[in-house]
Amino acid sequence: MDLLSNLALGFSVASSLANMAFCLIGVILGTLIGVLPGIGATATIAMLLPITFQLEPVSSLIMLAGIYYGAQYGGSTTAILINMPGESSSAVTAIDGYQMARKGRAGTALATAALGSFFAGTVATFLVAIFAPPLTTIALKFGAAEYFSLMVMGLVMSVALAHGSVLKALAMVVLGLLLGLVGTDIYTGTPRFTLGITQYSDGLNFVALAVGVFGIAEILRNLEDEHDREVMTKSINRLLPTRDELRQMVGPVLRGTAVGSVLGILPGGGAILASFASYTVEKKLSTNPGEFGKGALAGVAGPESANNAGAQTSFIPLLTLGIPANPVMALMIGAMIIQGIVPGPNVVTEQPALFWGIIASMWIGNLMLVVLNLPLIGLWVKLLTVPYYVLFPIIMAMCSIGVYSVASNTYDLFAVAFFGLLGYLMSKLRCEPAPLLLGFVLGPLLEENLRRAMILSRGDPTTFVTRPISAILLLLTLGVLVLVFTPQIRRRRDEVFTESDA
Amino acid sequence: MSTKPKDKTDIATGLLLMAAAAFFGWQTRTLEIGTSLRMGPGYFPMVLSGLLFLLGALVLIKAFGREGEPFGKIAWRGMAFILPAPVFFGLTVRGLGFVPALFLAALIAAQASSRMKPLYSLLLAIVVTIASTLIFSYGLGLPFRRFGPWLQF
Repeated sequence: MDLLSNLALGFSVASSLANMAFCLIGVILGTLIGVLPGIGATATIAMLLPITFQLEPVSSLIMLAGIYYGAQYGGSTTAILINMPGESSSAVTAIDGYQMARKGRAGTALATAALGSFFAGTVATFLVAIFAPPLTTIALKFGAAEYFSLMVMGLVMSVALAHGSVLKALAMVVLGLLLGLVGTDIYTGTPRFTLGITQYSDGLNFVALAVGVFGIAEILRNLEDEHDREVMTKSINRLLPTRDELRQMVGPVLRGTAVGSVLGILPGGGAILASFASYTVEKKLSTNPGEFGKGALAGVAGPESANNAGAQTSFIPLLTLGIPANPVMALMIGAMIIQGIVPGPNVVTEQPALFWGIIASMWIGNLMLVVLNLPLIGLWVKLLTVPYYVLFPIIMAMCSIGVYSVASNTYDLFAVAFFGLLGYLMSKLRCEPAPLLLGFVLGPLLEENLRRAMILSRGDPTTFVTRPISAILLLLTLGVLVLVFTPQIRRRRDEVFTESDA
Repeated sequence: MSTKPKDKTDIATGLLLMAAAAFFGWQTRTLEIGTSLRMGPGYFPMVLSGLLFLLGALVLIKAFGREGEPFGKIAWRGMAFILPAPVFFGLTVRGLGFVPALFLAALIAAQASSRMKPLYSLLLAIVVTIASTLIFSYGLGLPFRRFGPWLQF
């Protein structure tokens, strides 16, 4: 069978000694940084991204994928042990996980998270292997107009799934797009928005933006209020769940995997939506909904599985279309481009070893996480007790080296400081950084496809609605926009009503 | 103080977004706009600047008539030491070389916490520098000059 031989190729690439080692290093480093409180998967990857640039493309992406899973697992650990989710997708885990930890069931919660994630990861890896190739054949039929519409849909969806104000998230997308245009115009060679600084003529460094907006902004936020953290270290009980607990887990894990796999494919941060959706489903189905929020096992098992399944299937749009589904995938695109790989449907035919190697390494990475982290949990917990003021100078040093190592451009370091300030300002103004990053990555692609589509259609803008696939994508986008704004209007109305009642 | 409720955070957000849009729009004025058939380098940025301005204005308008959440603490000390660290590293990495530039950058960053004791920060910076030099310069073989021309006698 084609699938099997492809997977075999993938596993032969991924299980080479060097690649296994990189995967292992990635997983460990990812967990190490991800376990730091308040630093989520995106910030972790942004900080560690430059380390991978010296490697071969395959090894580099395998290591990055490892960092991703590790960071996510680390994020769940902090969510459970100190109620500090690094990323919004593990915010749901914190609700019941932390309560379990407070009741002395931290070990159970951690094991549930790990096992649920592993199961979901296994299923989702197969889904990626099954669905990615046929999707690339569709994607190869995409013209400039379709790509433009698809990206518009991805951006709007990322807005829809972001927290807080939709307007602000839209504004962040547009700001990101504008920042993405800094550099030389590809058609005419005109420098744009470079302020006359020639070092920026290749565009703003993607790593600098990601490290600044996610990493440094995160550090500053943590420095606002330095207080001691309450770590649930003493109360970690046995790690292996009992037979009864395993039985309780099965349903939520299966449902979480299903929900996560479907939602993860959606462009625009499906993993976050997946964990929330799974939590809601479990609460609705539970015979004892009052238990939720007070340490329900299903409240950890479901969302963690959904989260991980979504994280995995979000590779599908990346590998087939070259469109990032979430900020982490945007980082992956950045890494691929730096490695000289053009993300998109051609990757699977031109570089099958890379394509299938990454898929296989996803599963290996997940396996390593379970094998490593359950015994190593004591070490991670100890790491949580390291004071923050020791950690961030180390992180700052790594960020500086990393950003500089990309292109040896000192102006990239100035950009890091600027984006750190911007990211902190954004968090103070309650603007989400994820849409900004997606906009930044997609900005140049969006413009290029828009211009190409317009040239191909001889300046006729109706090309976007007369081509069927493009029209469907735009209709979906419109539908999402309408949906997003309707409940908001309703909520605003409700507020008005309660005020008038008072 | 006015008695009308307004969301101060969103007022600031709206104004800043409009200012950013104005900046990008102003930068676009020297770029050729072109036609919708053959878009010039200024076409797409111009449309985006307009859109950003509009969104900023909407955020601003919607900020009136409701109460916002408090702004919260600001990490002044954090900003004062964290942000200059990479800038300083950038300014000195060529001249001083990798090792001293990194040491000083780490030392600057370490001052961001009020809990860090001076001697301890010195120690930490030394450890960070040695470890990074071993990992990045010797281990990964990144092409950095360890000691730059400013230190050559």
